[in-house]
Amino acid sequence: MQMNTAVTRSQEAILQTNKVIRNTYILLSMTLIFSAFTAFLGVYSGIGHGVALVADIVAIALLWFVLPRTANSAAGIPVIFAFTGLLGFGLGPVLSYYLSVNPSIVMTALGGTGVIFLGLSGYALTTRKDFSFLGGFVMVGMLVVLGAAILNIFLGIPALFLAVNAAIVLIMSAFILWETSSLVHGGETNYIMATAGLFLTILNLFQALMHLLGAFSDD
Amino acid sequence: MDWLKIGSALFLAAMLIYLFPRAKETIANSPKGSASDWMGFVIPVVAIVLFILLLITLV
Repeated sequence: MQMNTAVTRSQEAILQTNKVIRNTYILLSMTLIFSAFTAFLGVYSGIGHGVALVADIVAIALLWFVLPRTANSAAGIPVIFAFTGLLGFGLGPVLSYYLSVNPSIVMTALGGTGVIFLGLSGYALTTRKDFSFLGGFVMVGMLVVLGAAILNIFLGIPALFLAVNAAIVLIMSAFILWETSSLVHGGETNYIMATAGLFLTILNLFQALMHLLGAFSDD
Repeated sequence: MDWLKIGSALFLAAMLIYLFPRAKETIANSPKGSASDWMGFVIPVVAIVLFILLLITLV
């Protein structure tokens, strides 16, 4: 009897995990499409870096202060769309710049981001390896990258800029494995919060790839 | 000094301050990976590096 209960519970847990994974990827797809639309608006309206910075600040404020309070209810859905939409809109000036220099940089970065994300997610989902050990690496990496990025705002060293973007690609790759593994093993049970994390990862990966390709292109 | 630079630096500094206690907690609670665990991470990362080098040659 006890064994039957245990088996039923574990099946329920598996079903619940699969539901969270499915909902995460559905919501992630929808938010990516929406942010592509707002990014187009950002490019089309020709917003400046100041407006983009304000959009990013409001988006991060939503992520820190509003999303954790609404993620367990239906109210979290409009918040995540607002968060992703603002971040997409904030991409406007960077996209405009690279589209004017060489449009193939944007398209290659977009395709590259898709291949890396799908490849790493597929790897974590099919192998079902536990990547929880990457948590410390991801966090230390993020702190170092943020510190270096702040320093380089004032120093403007091109080599440091490249190193920061290369490190972002590495850390975001680790984050995809960590977050996907957390979804698979039941560590993350809220699909809205999982979507927010994965969206931010994809966005950072895309931007870093664009900067790296832009730096090494002949244009 | 450009106000945009100051604004960006303050934004990143706020992120750093927000992330620091969460990072400390994650570092303290995350398990240690074995050599084979790390190999399972290093192999896809090497594949990504090679893939990015390929992308660079394409643009």
